[in-house]
Amino acid sequence: MYQAFLIKYAEIGIKGKNRNMFENALVRQIERSLRDCEGTFAVTKEFGRIYVEAESEYDYEETIEALQRVFGIAGICPVRIHEDMDPDSLRQATADFVREVYPEGKERTFKIFARRSNKAYPKDSMELNYDLGEAVLQNCPWMKVDVHNPDVVITVEVRQRIYIYSETIPGPGGMPVGSNGSAMLLLSGGIDSPVAGYMVAKRGVQIDAVYFHAPPYTSERAKQKVIDLAKLVSRYAGQIRLHIVNFTDIQLAIYEKCPHEELTIIMRRYMMRIAEDLARQDGSLALITGESIGQVASQTVQSLLCTNAVCTLPVFRPLIGFDKQEIVDVSTKIGTYETSILPYEDCCTIFVAKHPVTHPILSVVERCEKKLDGVIEDLYRTALDTVETVIVGEV
Amino acid sequence: MEAYLDNAATTRCYEEVADIVRKTMLEDYGNPSAMHRRGVEAEQYLKDSAAAIARILKVKEKEIFFTSGGTESNNWAIFGTAAANRRRGKRIITSAVEHAAVARPMAVLEEMGFEIIRLKTTKEGVVDPEELKAALTKDTVLVSVMMVNNEIGSIEPVAEIGSYIREHYPETMFHVDAIQAFGKLRIYPKRMKIDLLSVSGHKIHGPKGVGFLYIDERAKLSPIIYGGGQQNGMRSGTDNVPGIAGLGVAAARMCASMEENAEHMYQLKERLAEGLLGLGDVTIHGPSDLRKGAPHVLNASIIGIRAEVLLHTLEDRNIYVSSGSACSSHHRNGSATMLAIGASLPERESSVRFSFSELTKEEEIDYALENLREVVPMLRRYTRH
Repeated sequence: MYQAFLIKYAEIGIKGKNRNMFENALVRQIERSLRDCEGTFAVTKEFGRIYVEAESEYDYEETIEALQRVFGIAGICPVRIHEDMDPDSLRQATADFVREVYPEGKERTFKIFARRSNKAYPKDSMELNYDLGEAVLQNCPWMKVDVHNPDVVITVEVRQRIYIYSETIPGPGGMPVGSNGSAMLLLSGGIDSPVAGYMVAKRGVQIDAVYFHAPPYTSERAKQKVIDLAKLVSRYAGQIRLHIVNFTDIQLAIYEKCPHEELTIIMRRYMMRIAEDLARQDGSLALITGESIGQVASQTVQSLLCTNAVCTLPVFRPLIGFDKQEIVDVSTKIGTYETSILPYEDCCTIFVAKHPVTHPILSVVERCEKKLDGVIEDLYRTALDTVETVIVGEV
Repeated sequence: MEAYLDNAATTRCYEEVADIVRKTMLEDYGNPSAMHRRGVEAEQYLKDSAAAIARILKVKEKEIFFTSGGTESNNWAIFGTAAANRRRGKRIITSAVEHAAVARPMAVLEEMGFEIIRLKTTKEGVVDPEELKAALTKDTVLVSVMMVNNEIGSIEPVAEIGSYIREHYPETMFHVDAIQAFGKLRIYPKRMKIDLLSVSGHKIHGPKGVGFLYIDERAKLSPIIYGGGQQNGMRSGTDNVPGIAGLGVAAARMCASMEENAEHMYQLKERLAEGLLGLGDVTIHGPSDLRKGAPHVLNASIIGIRAEVLLHTLEDRNIYVSSGSACSSHHRNGSATMLAIGASLPERESSVRFSFSELTKEEEIDYALENLREVVPMLRRYTRH
């Protein structure tokens, strides 16, 4: 029924001189997302518009889904392209369009919204509105005109070719990935961190990730689960370099040397330090975590202060004000929830104190950490030197 | 060096099994139901396999029905008996230590209104035949008791149970899940008065996705899979010729030297048990006389180390074992078997199953023990207080 889509974007339009860069990034991301879809597509930029045209057979649902994963797209309009510049043939084409998209059986009100930017065309916008409205009324008696509050708006744009469309399918919004620098996501196997990565990627940020693996206390399956989650996020965010850090020895050292109620907070501080070092190696400009205030002991405001204290890069916490259910809702929408709840995590509880401190005091935590001096330096270096990097998703 | 000590989960195929699977996939690939020569040729594999199994069990060939594996065999025995005998009664007796492939169908029947009696066991995991005798009634349609427990290797007194049922309640069907027993213990359904017997291919060095259900001629059983009417209308679906051919070859080879193999595995089991006890603070589950349990299963709790942590530590050294009770928050309490034998929480959390086959070498046991002696003290340093 449709052979092409008009891509509407919102925020790119206001970016002044950078506009070209944003548009090019969007075109690249659309092409990446369509790569796995059936058929071949041409993605073209034309006077502040992006068109996706199918050049072969394609699957409508699959294509829409792929486009809905491209940040920067505000709306997707399935569009009919009409090449014949003769006004009579346009009348016919418009009536045919309405008949097919809004078939007889249900009464609807409509208006024609015509825009003629091709001044060579013999009729102007006002004339087209009148002319095409009449054609629809004559051919589709179940359609009634309502110019103030119509059920459907039939847009007809006369450019080098003529575009007819009426429906706008919402896109994910945001800005195209690659238009806003890059950041390092602390990815666990849980529900929150993939959502946090998604949220920041939505603002055009390219994402890399780090996962802390603790064999034999966490299993190969837990690691595979994190790789799978990174793949799911990469469907939106594009290629992700996932760094897998072997964290066991650092954890054991903390366990041996530090008070058990401070275990988690100290562990978190080491994770942030390692993440920041990896971020610098990758050229990332910020860290991303899935923290939300008060969700667990290590996410109270006091705890956040203690973990934040070891970082110099900005730490983005896009979920900070979210309730759990709100996070679950996004997670479900973006398709990471099912994987996140697989039960491979938590095979060992020895690193979690029975009563972890919920209001840590920075000076106390720092004093406890001192006990690691002389031991931790080597372990830290080894952890960085033995990082395994898995690349998921396509550029 | 590698030590594969998870043979109760699955076994390596015999070479000759893989050979016949390949041959029936690439050369004799006909559909046994076809009228032409290719069909006849393929059908011969089914006949040979049924004959080999019938010879081992001392039953008739027509009493062997091939399935997709142990789980289907168990499901069929239970749902098929319930369906065929529902007018006679709704009471079923089973044990508290059955595998999920029996326990789950029982729970489903319970939801459908059947009365399910679950026999308790001793702390060695053995049901008391006297308790069964007391529970049996005239309207009991089915008794289902496994022969060898998959987690701790205890052996149930199926012959005694079978004789009693046949003598006093001849209309009650007796099903035995023999998935861990076949090839390790001699099983004679006629002598033991077993009506239905489940066996799986991949536990006996055969292919995965194939098994059989022995159905005594006298048994009243409905099919649970309907279709093209294969296997006498009892189990429809194009016959899995490669799987069935492989199963027959595996069963024949395994049972040809059963006693020698069992002796070999008992020696491995004793060697491992001795070594494990030497680690200190170790509980061995199942029959205290190791030879009163199955030859291939040894379950031990190395107190203070979570089973999964030990499993992953050993895995890193190419030693493969199984942790009975998943420690994920979903199964906090561990398996039904471990609960039934009254294992304590620290025992349940640290219970690891080692299982052997005739292919397991003494060096593998020694390698495992050597590594355990190294890692156990290390892991015990980091214990949740």
